[in-house]
Amino acid sequence: MTYIKKPRIHHPGLTKNRLGLTRRDYEGTMSTLCAGCGHDSITAAIIEAFWELEIAPHEVAKTSGIGCSGKTPTYFLKEAHGFNGVHGRMPSITTGAHAANRDLICIGVSGDGDSLSIGMGQFAHVVRRNVDMLYIIENNGVYGLTKGQFSASADVGSTAKRGQINREHPIDSVLLALNLGAGFVARSFSGDKEQLVPILKAGLRHRGFALIDIISPCVTFNDHRGSTKSYQYTRDNYNQLVYADFVPPAEEIAASYESGDARSVQMHDGSRIAFRKVPEDYDPTDRDAVYTYIRERQRAGEVATGLLYVEEAPEEGEEADFHGIQGTVEEPLAGYPFEGLCPGAEKLERLQGRFR
Amino acid sequence: MADSVPGASGAAPGGPASAKATAARPGEVPASAITSAARPEDIPASPNGGPPASRINDLAFKIGTVNGTGSASANGLLRRAIFRMGIPVSGKNLFPSNIQGLPTWYEIRANARGHTARTARFDMVVAMNPATYKRDIEEVATGGWVMHDSSWPLPRGLDRDDVTFLGIPLAKMTVDNFQGSRVRILMKNICYVGALAALLDIDMEIVRGLLKETFAAKAKLLDANYLAIDLGYDYAKKHFDCPLPVRLEPMEGNEDSIVIDGNTAAALGCVYAGATVAAWYPITPSTSLVDAFTAFCHQFRKDPETGKNRFAIIQAEDELAAAGMVIGAAWAGARAFTSTSGAGLSLMSEFIGLAYYAEVPSVFFDVQRVGPSTGMPTRTQQGDIQFAAYASHGDTRHIVIFPANPHECFEMAVEAFDLAERFQTPVFVLTDLDIGMNDWVVPKLEWDDSYRPDRGKVLTAEELEAATGPFHRYLDVDGDGIPWRTLPGVHPKGAYLTRGSGHDRYGNYTEDSEPYADVLARVGRKIDGAAPHLPAPEVRLAEGAKIGLVTIGGCRGAVLEAVDELAERGIAANYMRVRAFPFHPEVEPFLAGNDVNFAVEQNRDGQLRKLLIAETGAAKESLVSILYYGGYPMSCHHVMDGLATHTDIGTSDAAAHPAGAAP
Repeated sequence: MTYIKKPRIHHPGLTKNRLGLTRRDYEGTMSTLCAGCGHDSITAAIIEAFWELEIAPHEVAKTSGIGCSGKTPTYFLKEAHGFNGVHGRMPSITTGAHAANRDLICIGVSGDGDSLSIGMGQFAHVVRRNVDMLYIIENNGVYGLTKGQFSASADVGSTAKRGQINREHPIDSVLLALNLGAGFVARSFSGDKEQLVPILKAGLRHRGFALIDIISPCVTFNDHRGSTKSYQYTRDNYNQLVYADFVPPAEEIAASYESGDARSVQMHDGSRIAFRKVPEDYDPTDRDAVYTYIRERQRAGEVATGLLYVEEAPEEGEEADFHGIQGTVEEPLAGYPFEGLCPGAEKLERLQGRFR
Repeated sequence: MADSVPGASGAAPGGPASAKATAARPGEVPASAITSAARPEDIPASPNGGPPASRINDLAFKIGTVNGTGSASANGLLRRAIFRMGIPVSGKNLFPSNIQGLPTWYEIRANARGHTARTARFDMVVAMNPATYKRDIEEVATGGWVMHDSSWPLPRGLDRDDVTFLGIPLAKMTVDNFQGSRVRILMKNICYVGALAALLDIDMEIVRGLLKETFAAKAKLLDANYLAIDLGYDYAKKHFDCPLPVRLEPMEGNEDSIVIDGNTAAALGCVYAGATVAAWYPITPSTSLVDAFTAFCHQFRKDPETGKNRFAIIQAEDELAAAGMVIGAAWAGARAFTSTSGAGLSLMSEFIGLAYYAEVPSVFFDVQRVGPSTGMPTRTQQGDIQFAAYASHGDTRHIVIFPANPHECFEMAVEAFDLAERFQTPVFVLTDLDIGMNDWVVPKLEWDDSYRPDRGKVLTAEELEAATGPFHRYLDVDGDGIPWRTLPGVHPKGAYLTRGSGHDRYGNYTEDSEPYADVLARVGRKIDGAAPHLPAPEVRLAEGAKIGLVTIGGCRGAVLEAVDELAERGIAANYMRVRAFPFHPEVEPFLAGNDVNFAVEQNRDGQLRKLLIAETGAAKESLVSILYYGGYPMSCHHVMDGLATHTDIGTSDAAAHPAGAAP
């Protein structure tokens, strides 16, 4: 499909957001993934989320590793800088970029092989460091570009296209992130844009590390009977556990949420997450309970989805995100005036008294 | 002269000098260096056979202690006192990879002429560690002295009739005068400093002054130290003929000098260069670079009003991540660096290739230690020269700069950031454990307040706004091989996707051969074009010289001392120290100007020599390796011994040391 160029001229009637941008302005180049790939649906949801949030594309830094997922940052936000680095190392590049310029809105797109095998160490540590970023795992349980090997997220008993049965235990990024202290943990499905877009928006607005693991079937190598990451299996076993809406700072929470068991969680920038429907006794801010609940659902064979866990925004001055821990100045370090960085000749002279 | 040089085929890597080194088993100090057959240079006796002739401000001594007993501060005190007497002096810390219990040594060399490279000729040994008595006592030059703790008798079999034993009841005195075992251990160290002050004529007022500076806020500790220093001093004065004929005398050699280690100086350079992001993983011997950077940042980089940091220092999960963070930060516009050693550089090589190909400016300090693999983490070597030059898979070639001492560590740290941003590529600063962690006398560091960072070709928001055409990241607009760069978050017109996969000059993904080759060739031209802008070699030409001594990095002191020693024997030698790769245009003419060049370096394979052969027009036969890679800093005798195996330079007292093996 690479030979198909997108037309430059938009339809004049396209809806514009407050920046005067249409959804087309948030697109990238044409996808070169297989027709029907879950990743392309995720790209579309990302475009929708940025458009709805009215984020200027050039304020965003898109990063990725290697694999099918690694290609996707090319497909959205063409006016944003992107960095398609090396396999499994997206977290460190993003950490560096965020350290240098805290004003950048960081979105990293990874895959199950990229994050849970070769990049497992970096994934774990970017969670620990609470880097302010939205981390997406496009999870299809398989290596696509190398033609169908199991990934570390493949379930025990699931079969490969050529019939082998996986007997190694899977690594679940959601449970792992909960364990490592992530403040925002979600699971979704590429086929459920209605659920995905609000979660993406909330994840982008969350201050600190936000993980969204998105089941994203591989139509070519992992969409057969026996696969637990196929469209059919996911739909059959889908449990939308938590219904959550993202409510921007200026908007009121609709009255229907206020009644009954609905609750809202305050976010750092004043926006809120309104939980419309959650199971009885399910508290999305109780890490241990969420962990236990997800494990139970998994044992029952369900794919539990939704914004599963979110931390309440910390008090002013108590921020434990990357820059809060670092204690860095409010201004980005990149471009900080040199005069404020170099101590100068006089101080060097004085300092050297110590070396005599 | 040149006629006596054997063909390089026999003398190159694995030649006579290095062959001897293989006789030593790894991890051992080769005994051959210290047997009577290889006794260090004798201390000359007076003609009438009486006491040794007097020698002033030219001595070396070695203190053997146990790791973790606090001897470092006592030894530093000695070194600083000698420095303040105005005498050029170096301190070499030979320490184990251990926290407590293993043997450790500190070597001090004071030399009025400024020769402060390591020497293996010790006038005195202060033997404080019974576990190493034997080897320590064996290392004293004939006619020299052994100071030891006489609280207990020396074990039998350690006697030497050609040296003088100076027994001082250090343990007994400290037990009698101090309470608590830790204090006693610490004060024993200060006690031997006092005794050495008496024996070597170190100015006691300076010693007391230094103690006062150190313990200004701790009056009780100061009193204890004063007492300990006097105990040692008085005992030596009373029992020995002080001062010894080999002694010190105040001079004015250090007015414009400081004593500093290379890691501290490099860290200071990073602060002055305006580096704001450091990412690293702890590894000996580079850790103290980031430690120093952290300390300086806290001193100089806190916002005075908010107390917030104008820096971010990230201890990564491994060197891979550290390199990734540096590259991410540099991509986003910060001056960013990492500090590591060879083992870490191995892990980083994946990212180094990305930074080279995607053209992300980044600075890598490699404080080299002994490889391969874990090697000897607390010993020094220059084993990463070739690796750094071409690190990573595919066609890669990097800018590498080689400081010789802490002064250059400071200057080259600053230069490294300018070069990285000017040429949009990783830049390596290769130091080593000896430069990085030992105390060197160097000229004071200077700073020009008019300095502003060279951020290279970066388009601003205004320039992008005004641009009429589209921005293309990898297009060689100016014909110098260096494309223009944009930073994230600046302007929508500057957006592009950085990638390690094949890309064309417009920044688009490609798997087509011509657009791919076009970019790779241009990146090659860019690095070639950097050579004249890199630090030029240090060259010293001698009248009528036909041989050249070519060296690199921390070998400088030993090689310059050898040049002097050769001159004293009537042999003129030209000297060149390479300071950067790709080689500066001055390198090749120097090589061509000599009948033969000896490449002096600290590795087994003659890596500098190989690079010179590969990257200049120098004939293989015209370059002969002189190698020492045993892990201690290079000494003049290594150079002289190496030369002696290839040429007729006359006999040397120092020539008794096998070059590859001597400690």
